[in-house]
Amino acid sequence: MLGFLLRRLAASLILLVLVLTATFILMHLAPGDPTNREASRLTAEQRENLRRIYGLDRPLPEQYLRWMTSVALRGDFGISWSQQRPVADALKAALPPTLLLAFAALFVEYAIALPLGVAVARRPGSALDHGVRVVSLIIFSQPVFWLALMAILLFSQVWPVLPSSLMRSLGYEQMSPGERLLDLLRHLALPALVLGVWASGATLRLVRGSLLEVMSRDYIRTARAKGLSERRVVWVHGMRTALAPILQIFAVSLVGLLNGSLVAEVIFSWPGMGRLAFEAVLARDYPVVLATTALAAVFVLAANFLADVIHALADPRVRE
Amino acid sequence: MSRLRGGGPLFHWGLVLVAALLLVAVLAPLLSPYEPTEQTDPAVSQYRPPGTVLAAVHLAHGDWRLADRVERTPEGLRLHRLGRVEELAAAEVRNLTPDGVADSRRFLLGSDKFGRDLLSRMIHGTRVSLGVALGSVLLALTLGVAVGSAAALGGPVIDGLLMRMVDALLAFPSLFLLIVLAAFFRPSTLVIVIVLATGSWMGISRMIRAEILSLRSREFVLAARAMGQHPFAILVRHLLPNAFTPALIQATLLVGQLILVESTLSFLGLGIQPPTPSWGNMIAEGREALARAWWIATFPGVAIAVTVIAFNFLGDGLRDALDPRQRRGSGRDERAAEAEAPAA
Repeated sequence: MLGFLLRRLAASLILLVLVLTATFILMHLAPGDPTNREASRLTAEQRENLRRIYGLDRPLPEQYLRWMTSVALRGDFGISWSQQRPVADALKAALPPTLLLAFAALFVEYAIALPLGVAVARRPGSALDHGVRVVSLIIFSQPVFWLALMAILLFSQVWPVLPSSLMRSLGYEQMSPGERLLDLLRHLALPALVLGVWASGATLRLVRGSLLEVMSRDYIRTARAKGLSERRVVWVHGMRTALAPILQIFAVSLVGLLNGSLVAEVIFSWPGMGRLAFEAVLARDYPVVLATTALAAVFVLAANFLADVIHALADPRVRE
Repeated sequence: MSRLRGGGPLFHWGLVLVAALLLVAVLAPLLSPYEPTEQTDPAVSQYRPPGTVLAAVHLAHGDWRLADRVERTPEGLRLHRLGRVEELAAAEVRNLTPDGVADSRRFLLGSDKFGRDLLSRMIHGTRVSLGVALGSVLLALTLGVAVGSAAALGGPVIDGLLMRMVDALLAFPSLFLLIVLAAFFRPSTLVIVIVLATGSWMGISRMIRAEILSLRSREFVLAARAMGQHPFAILVRHLLPNAFTPALIQATLLVGQLILVESTLSFLGLGIQPPTPSWGNMIAEGREALARAWWIATFPGVAIAVTVIAFNFLGDGLRDALDPRQRRGSGRDERAAEAEAPAA
């Protein structure tokens, strides 16, 4: 088991280096560089200076090695060109909002998908099952940015009950702690609901599929034949086996949530990693682009690693 | 085709919808009431709600003017334009009739900031969005089949190398990377197609490889080998035709996924560039005027959702009808497809 985990971990690290190298090369292969953007305002001399300050005048392999060694040895991601502050500070400011949004969205997603998925898996072929199957398909066939816009249209314009952007109101500093919490929750509501509902469509189908597969096995029939209550058969006997695939789904769905939250953060002006990354890409802020790509890749690899570990724990055949 | 009857009603709905959408895409210039970029008198025609009909006055020097309402007067024509009244002499108007003018402009789904007809833009957007998605899927299918076959038949070294590459690409934070690619390379339509295909062929290649590996030891393949057929002939005549059904199903589902990804990129301003209409960039334009003109962002989103649903119905139905091994209910396959699709 330990050997298996170590092998997967080593593979993940190699993949991480590959992802970063590829991003670095792609970024520099693309025509133009950050100093082009201000070409209208800068003289040739100023641009040369800027290129020297950014280290862009150096040969590409040297730039790459410098960046890699500074990240790997000192954990230093450099200085953001567009924000004029250390990348680490920008990341530190953006991480809590992203985590908050992600956890809230996950909560909504599973609060919908788990009970409903189990309910329909208990009655396959019923009207409820067909209804839920169609509705969930419709939900995950929507572009998440469009769902977000429709939610803004409905809940902050037609019926203005919720704020549609940012994380805090203007007078946040003057509020009491209770008011602050309420203010935060009100700002969190739309993005978290949109992301959670959107993600629940696919997850619900997967929960249903996993449980349904388990429920047709012989040992479930045995449990029913023994006269156990249906509730016990589903939640204890069925769920115990279905839990591993469901946890795996959970790990994989984290990746989908990462993509979704990038778009949601841009639309709702949520001050998190997604918006930071998007704005850095538009501003060609290479250090921030690389750092956010690195974090996203670490996140994806960690999610996959988690899924592998769960799989290995549940299925001894994988560990060989 | 009788096997397709097993697809169920959702499959038939999917088939009908996809056929209708393809028809709209092919016949776009015939079906759309106006040119997608046509701007006539934008001061009057901008941000008109669905169902608006404006009178179109053809002026003597060739231009068109639009008006909410026109009246015949003894001298010529009286135009009501956004509450302002203007008078024109009869000689200045080409399309005069006894009670007004002969032409009108009808905005069935409303108009946008430049007074362009939303319906016409959506119809032409069908062509762009479907074209990009189908093109990318075709490219991804080609890549996937080539890499999958090479991995299955090229020996353990090539297999190991190619499959590790697939693993690596699947570990990329997909949307993230697409955004980086699309932002740094000026996105022409061709670049978008290539970028989308590059991010989505891996699932198909894994599937083709697995299918070929399981088919390779079947009797009909062994027989072909015993008869001395060239390995390439065996691949083309025996292996690929039999491995093609699952690949086709996955490709169908991929069309829906890529329509979502393309629309996301276009919405973020990194995909199809205006003035070429794509559903994604139309929603981006609608976002700016959400409070003033809800219809601009709403209708293209409905088009995206209907299209993606149609392809999902079609793919699900194809799976149910053609591939009994993967009947619904087996969580593993759906999970694998979910993990490999570049989610939007």
